[in-house]
Amino acid sequence: MSDVARFGHGSRIPGWDDAVDLTKAPAGVPDPATTPVPPELRSEIEAAMAKYPDFRSAAIPALHAAQKLHGWCSPEALEQVACVMRLTPGYLTAVATFYDMFYMEPVGRHRIFVCTNISCSLRGADAVHDAIVDAAAGDPDFNIRSFECLGACDIAPMASIDGEYVGPLELADAERIVEDLRAGRPVLEEKNIRRRRSVDPGARRSATRDEDARA
Amino acid sequence: MSQHILFDDIDEPGLATLQVYERRGGYSSLRRALQMSREEVLQNLLDSGLRGRGGAGFAMGRKASFLPKGTMDKYLVCNADESEPGTFKDRELMQKSPHMLIEGMVIAAYAADANRSFIYIRGEYELQADILEAAIAQAREAGYLGERILGSELSLSLVLHRGAGAYICGEETGLLDSLEGKRGNPRLKPPFPANQGLYQGPTLINNVETLATVPHIIRMGGENYAKIGTESSTGTKLVSVSGNVQSPGNFEITLGTPAREIIYDLAGGPFPGREIRFWFPGGSSSPVLLPEDLDLAYDFNTLAQAGSMLGSGAIIVVDDSVPVIDVALKLAKFYKHESCGKCTPCREGTNWTVKMLERLETGEATPMDLDIIASVQQQIMGNCLCVLGDAMAMPLGSMVARFRGEFEQHIEEARFRAGLGAPPEPSEVEIAGVGN
Ligand SMILES: Cc1cc2nc3c(=O)[nH]c(=O)nc-3n(C[C@H](O)[C@H](O)[C@H](O)COP(=O)(O)O)c2cc1C
Ligand code: FES
Repeated sequence: MSDVARFGHGSRIPGWDDAVDLTKAPAGVPDPATTPVPPELRSEIEAAMAKYPDFRSAAIPALHAAQKLHGWCSPEALEQVACVMRLTPGYLTAVATFYDMFYMEPVGRHRIFVCTNISCSLRGADAVHDAIVDAAAGDPDFNIRSFECLGACDIAPMASIDGEYVGPLELADAERIVEDLRAGRPVLEEKNIRRRRSVDPGARRSATRDEDARA
Repeated sequence: MSQHILFDDIDEPGLATLQVYERRGGYSSLRRALQMSREEVLQNLLDSGLRGRGGAGFAMGRKASFLPKGTMDKYLVCNADESEPGTFKDRELMQKSPHMLIEGMVIAAYAADANRSFIYIRGEYELQADILEAAIAQAREAGYLGERILGSELSLSLVLHRGAGAYICGEETGLLDSLEGKRGNPRLKPPFPANQGLYQGPTLINNVETLATVPHIIRMGGENYAKIGTESSTGTKLVSVSGNVQSPGNFEITLGTPAREIIYDLAGGPFPGREIRFWFPGGSSSPVLLPEDLDLAYDFNTLAQAGSMLGSGAIIVVDDSVPVIDVALKLAKFYKHESCGKCTPCREGTNWTVKMLERLETGEATPMDLDIIASVQQQIMGNCLCVLGDAMAMPLGSMVARFRGEFEQHIEEARFRAGLGAPPEPSEVEIAGVGN
């Protein structure tokens, strides 16, 4: 995927993702002397390790931190985490590959996770997903995925865009999403889940209070 | 109007901050609990009859009482992984009232004598994680967390742990492995987490909503809480209604409310001109129910007697515009994707179920395939370390059984399209939504 040039190190080791060489010994814990780790990343990982009775629990937080810095769980990123945590890159690869949110390949900078699970697809999520793919027109800056239920079926069909939940989406929103992201604006602000109030009629005391205050 | 306990004035501005939460009487239940003995607090939880809101519906007080006595490290883990399709109640609760959860956790930790606690929140809930992180910092500052809380003998640490996208990490033992920094594979039970859980120590795991209810139980008294709802399903429950309804959302209901009231009166019912075809009463893992089941009381026992379950309290409504097979395929694909691969019946069963359902579309299948699909579901159930496979097998088996006519019609039509069979006879079973 050379079209994501931004990450630069996609081809750090040519063929790094080829089948393993079984005659080679697995990589050990990286040597701190020869593995430079950015200081912010090191302190973030060390802070995470200090939070748990067993340092290993910090594997996922550490991978989140490394991925945020590198854009994906590149061999370099894994090596840096391994170096700080004193684990093997193999252990971290095993962990990272289990979880959907870790990328073992470079991806676009903007995450667009379109939920296409049951409740969203009952409300047209598949068409919304396709519309967003069309609107992005193959721009490698966008990482568009159809995702499992994101826990926001009340705003179905919905998407998580760079971590912000927006919905209910219409087909016409696809263009807006791409434009907003390109312009660096908050995406579909009026449809952000932060703004959604409870629809439960019994839960709305303050809503009526607001209205009383206005009256 | 049903009583509102968790969602009472949930949209009050600033409720996520300590100031507003305290002004509303927040953390007074904690003060009260700390004046009681641990046994009294536990007794209140037992008396309340509170059943777990995460899926299995196990009595919370009893689970807390299983933790062994002693001075070892004991853990309380809040399950905020909420990934069951159709479920979104914990999200709203954590986002709008994070301190309610924290207060509940401190009280629960006191009752269970735990000294370390964790919230495992799914990685996708970034906003909610930020809000919780801020609330935890405030609570720590105010002395509701940390050493010798409010001058009592209770000390408790609380760490927010973000997951990274895996449904199986909602399963309690998968969650524990994930929290230990491993792949989230479920463990063999027994030993149960109460004896050997996190870091092999005694661990109490509860859902967000279960723990958020604890302060209210202390405030009202366990026996008074038990007066709400039905005898075997006490209290109120947050129900997430989604799918083909006019007003999807979370509603707090008194357990035992008829399902029809929830779907029609609260969630607005199906869209004009549409009718409910079937509904999942407790998330995508629960066997489907039909329109004639709408008058069932929405509580743990009634739904179990009707052959389904209350599960996570997520009602997904499917109307007559949607072919059953589409829903079945979505469902099977989800479980195939989320199966951790540890147990063969689940890994292979989910995989082959998807393949067989796809065959129905291409015309390669015959009605006999439906029997094979049904038998695969039978062979998954009860044969794995956790119930993820069962969670596909139960609803899928129920769909094939209840809509057999539609599946067969679909097969015949697909075969005809593929040039393999005669045009199908009109089915005797009335089929909505197919071929139009
Ligand atoms: C595949 C699977 C996924 C689950 N996902 C969740 C979940 O996302 N949230 C949750 O609270 N419980 C989930 N559970 C149920 C938990 O295993 C456990 O029963 C629950 O957290 C206990 O809390 P409670 O007693 O308060 O309900 C899941 C169970 C299974 C088998
Ligand atoms: S199905 Fe899309 S958020 Fe739940």
